[in-house]
Amino acid sequence: MLILDCPCCGVSGEETEFHAGGEAHLKRFGPGSSDAEFHDYLFTKENPKGVHLERWRHANGCGKWFLAARDTMTLEVYGTYSAQTTEPPQDIKDKISAKRPGWSWREFS
Amino acid sequence: MKRYSAFAVAREALNYHMGWERAWASPEPKKKYDVIIIGAGGHGLATAYYLGKNFGITNVAVIEKGWLGGGNTGRNTTIIRSNYLQDASAAIYEKARSLYETMSQDLNYNVMFSPRGVIMLAQTEHEVRGYQRTAHANALQGVKTEFISPARVKEIVPIINLSGPRYPVLGGLWQARGGTARHDAVAWGYARACSDMGMHIIQKCEVTGVRQEGGKVVGVDTSRGPIDCDKLGMVVAGNAGHVAGMAGFRLPVESVALQALVSEPIKPCMDCVVMANTVHGYMSQSDKGEMVIGGGTDGFNNYTQRGSFHHAEETVRALIETFPMIARLKMLRQWGGIVDVTGDRSPIIGKAPVEGIFINCGWGTGGFKAIPGSGWGFAELMAKGYSPLTAEFGLDRFHQGRFIDESVAAGVAH
Repeated sequence: MLILDCPCCGVSGEETEFHAGGEAHLKRFGPGSSDAEFHDYLFTKENPKGVHLERWRHANGCGKWFLAARDTMTLEVYGTYSAQTTEPPQDIKDKISAKRPGWSWREFS
Repeated sequence: MKRYSAFAVAREALNYHMGWERAWASPEPKKKYDVIIIGAGGHGLATAYYLGKNFGITNVAVIEKGWLGGGNTGRNTTIIRSNYLQDASAAIYEKARSLYETMSQDLNYNVMFSPRGVIMLAQTEHEVRGYQRTAHANALQGVKTEFISPARVKEIVPIINLSGPRYPVLGGLWQARGGTARHDAVAWGYARACSDMGMHIIQKCEVTGVRQEGGKVVGVDTSRGPIDCDKLGMVVAGNAGHVAGMAGFRLPVESVALQALVSEPIKPCMDCVVMANTVHGYMSQSDKGEMVIGGGTDGFNNYTQRGSFHHAEETVRALIETFPMIARLKMLRQWGGIVDVTGDRSPIIGKAPVEGIFINCGWGTGGFKAIPGSGWGFAELMAKGYSPLTAEFGLDRFHQGRFIDESVAAGVAH
């Protein structure tokens, strides 16, 4: 059972309050992009064994989307942060580095 | 290999049962094999078996990081059926179901295949229409199923409550030739037959890297040293994305936890498999008398082989309405497995972007029933470069937008 802190309303809730929304920080490729880029955007997943950055929605709460850094090997939640960002904040990156030195997820590390 | 038979039991009894040989050998890895299969689960072992049996390729190693059949092969609810909607899926699942029928004789190993019948309950008007459509599709595909009335459902499953306030039973899709089999025995039977053909099953040997030269696979690095190969088959279910990453490509799969649980053993009360997809639950009774219950997947990526408690709770809560008599059963064990789910809920069986690597993954929540068909087709693909059984399931289907959309037939809601 995951415990997540919603950065939008400040409530700390267990996972039945939230809805998982898949990978975070997707870069959209639409009209004009190559087939390969469009395919990767739509289908290929990081699906890492370890640190994962992902989207969540506070479905049974404030209803807003936010992002979370979580470990798929231990289910530890490193932290949650605003969806209006293009990369995880430094303090969360530091927290991950302390637990998993040398981690990387797409271009972040 | 000494054959198993009633005569063998009598012969060994005279010897105080001290003469039984090991079912499979545990050899040291050689420097090179023609084919390496990563993953000694049902699908990997079946692939190796049919490579040897159908194509005479026996210089094969099956590498396993844990123990044989210790992944999803040992964690499923053992249901076998082939009532799928799309032609490509019906073909491979029906091939598998038909191979299960003669598997015990074929392998000389009792896999306890029990064609006890599978009902998929229709509990909404939408499901009624969906399953009627599937029954018509199955008739054209040569898969024997029928859409049955609530009265017939009650006749087959007397313990069912048809008139539940939330989810009344409005009918069912009945496949009389579906059923269950002993999941571990499937892996053990294939392993024994593979070992008998001279193949190497190497357990406790984790693959740590995939070596390539000039865009072609040449071998793998393992925790027991490097091993060379000409062809590499990746059959690692939940870890597919992880192993593909070692070879430098990404997959359209996400790994999530799927749970199952069993009750205390009770007297025989249900002699078929019942699936209730609206409420994310399915149930059968094992030969030991336990009610075996499976549920839905978690919503988030997970590699820990345990799921969230509330999913098990939701499954049981919903099933109690349809089966009121299970309300007072104590649950004995609960466990989870990591399943690799694709966007269209159909597996990926095909060539990987690296020459010489073949991938068989994405079985998601329904891999056990497909084991022999998957192995049959994947072996043909690895040996000849093409298999009619697996042609539609290639990795390129996502690029081409040619999905095999089975999200309805996949059995559990996602």
